[in-house]
Amino acid sequence: MIIIGERINGMYNDIGKAIKGKDPKPVQEWARRQEQGGADYLDLNVGPASPNKIEAMKWLIEVTQEVSDLPLCLDSTNYDAIEEGLKLCKKPAMINSVPAEMPKMERVFPMAVQYGAEVVALAMNEEGIPKDADSRIALAAELVATADSLGFSPEMLYIDPLTLPCNVAQDHGPEVMRTLREIKLISDPSPKTVIGLSNISQGTQNRDLINRTFAVMAMANGLDAGIVDANDNELMSAIATARILLNKDIYCDSFVNVFINRNR
Amino acid sequence: MAVEILKEKYRSKVGEVVLGATKEEGGTRSHTITVGGETSLPYLHFEGETPNRPVMALEVWDTAPTEWPPFFEKFYGDVWNDPGEWAKKCVDEFGADLIQLRLAGADPDINDASPEDCAGAVKKVLEAVGVPLIVIGCGKPEKDNLIYASVAEAAAGENLLLGVAELENYKAVNSACMANKHNIIASSPIDINICKQLNILIIEMSTAMANRIIIDPTVAALGYGAEYSFSIMERARNGALQGDKMLGMPMIGNIGSEVWRTKEAITPTEAEPGWGEQEERGILWEATTAMAYLQSGIDMLVMRHPEALKIIEKQIDDLMQDNSY
Repeated sequence: MIIIGERINGMYNDIGKAIKGKDPKPVQEWARRQEQGGADYLDLNVGPASPNKIEAMKWLIEVTQEVSDLPLCLDSTNYDAIEEGLKLCKKPAMINSVPAEMPKMERVFPMAVQYGAEVVALAMNEEGIPKDADSRIALAAELVATADSLGFSPEMLYIDPLTLPCNVAQDHGPEVMRTLREIKLISDPSPKTVIGLSNISQGTQNRDLINRTFAVMAMANGLDAGIVDANDNELMSAIATARILLNKDIYCDSFVNVFINRNR
Repeated sequence: MAVEILKEKYRSKVGEVVLGATKEEGGTRSHTITVGGETSLPYLHFEGETPNRPVMALEVWDTAPTEWPPFFEKFYGDVWNDPGEWAKKCVDEFGADLIQLRLAGADPDINDASPEDCAGAVKKVLEAVGVPLIVIGCGKPEKDNLIYASVAEAAAGENLLLGVAELENYKAVNSACMANKHNIIASSPIDINICKQLNILIIEMSTAMANRIIIDPTVAALGYGAEYSFSIMERARNGALQGDKMLGMPMIGNIGSEVWRTKEAITPTEAEPGWGEQEERGILWEATTAMAYLQSGIDMLVMRHPEALKIIEKQIDDLMQDNSY
């Protein structure tokens, strides 16, 4: 599974404060730590509090790239901030995200083509998050078709079927699993899939246990990527193990360390 | 109707390993040999690169072999009491790219040669030929561990390929390679999991060894489980191309020694007239085995019969022809 480190997000106090005070230390510390934990990408989100989202995004990108060569995942609903950010990225980035809404898709996909970026696309539209798998799959198909018509390859698309907390929306779990399986049938080459893992355990007890159990189940259903806590060792070990059991990586006795250190 | 050529895009490639060192580099070799570097499955030149052609070594022993079929005598009989002369003949007359010196004489049941004797044999071969050298022990770990240090030290600067390291016994040979900057053969018993783990353990001792490892996945001879080795080598190569760095090393196989202990290669013509003439049969057994492994990505073949080497040389020439569209 492709690991997108979630921690550089203005919603966390230390990052929020760092952005406000232009203090690169906490951001760079988390960039390093997530890289050591085994991240493939670093998600960058300026958070709700930043008054100037474009400047904040540019600053986050610059200070992160000073200490890490990992590709970045620009996480914002402000597409001007993303576009300015893409200009600064040293490696092709990931745009996070676009829903199945026409004006937004028309803004994001051509931009992604221009900068060679990948795109996280949400299986939702103006009407919100669908209840069942069929509606999610229909939206995923719409995303693939629109991307394709705008010259964007489905292989570069990461469809997020959208997970909801298991305590308040328990019936969504199996629907998400079915969505993950069927997204692979939409096109050939098929789009990739991604989830924001920590959503599944919002407001629950034992969040880490729920997160890693869900990660393994989703992987068995074909999940390709996750926006996750790359410093949760138990989670990373579970993901490494699932990759072995799915025959994605060749087994060896040091399989956990090999997975965590694979980018070094 | 337009046909689009399907080309696989790989994330990674096989690492390159340099064998031997010239005078400028602190050795005495006339040239170095680079192996590995492939960016596609074997010889798919249309979708990737095979920057270095596979190379062949001929076997040289530090003691005259007693169990080789009698027709080997006409090739090696006049030189097999002198590893230097033997090596020279392999290079000058038979066209070997490099020499694999097997210190068979170190075996306590053969000559029980001392570490100093072994170092002496290595020096002799180094003086006789200019090609890079592979040196392997007698195959008995308790004795081999005693000879690695002296062999590695005697050839310091020559950038040997030294082996073999195994999962249960890799530290002595790896230390010798680390201390004297030689390359190592990491050998596993037709088991990709052990193959990968051994590479990890070698690199854990010194990250400098990461681009000094040649994988020996253990090749079986035709008819004796070659398909197991074949599929493991394919899997290792696929892993390497998909980014598994612990499998991204070139591969070597002891074709000659495996083939020349099969029934088909050692049974005389009179004993099995239906199988045809023995020497021709043995040559083809060795060449066919080698040919198959070329298709699974082998980079270094250790051969025994000069005629088999000649057949494979031609085969490699053909496979290296550009087939891009």
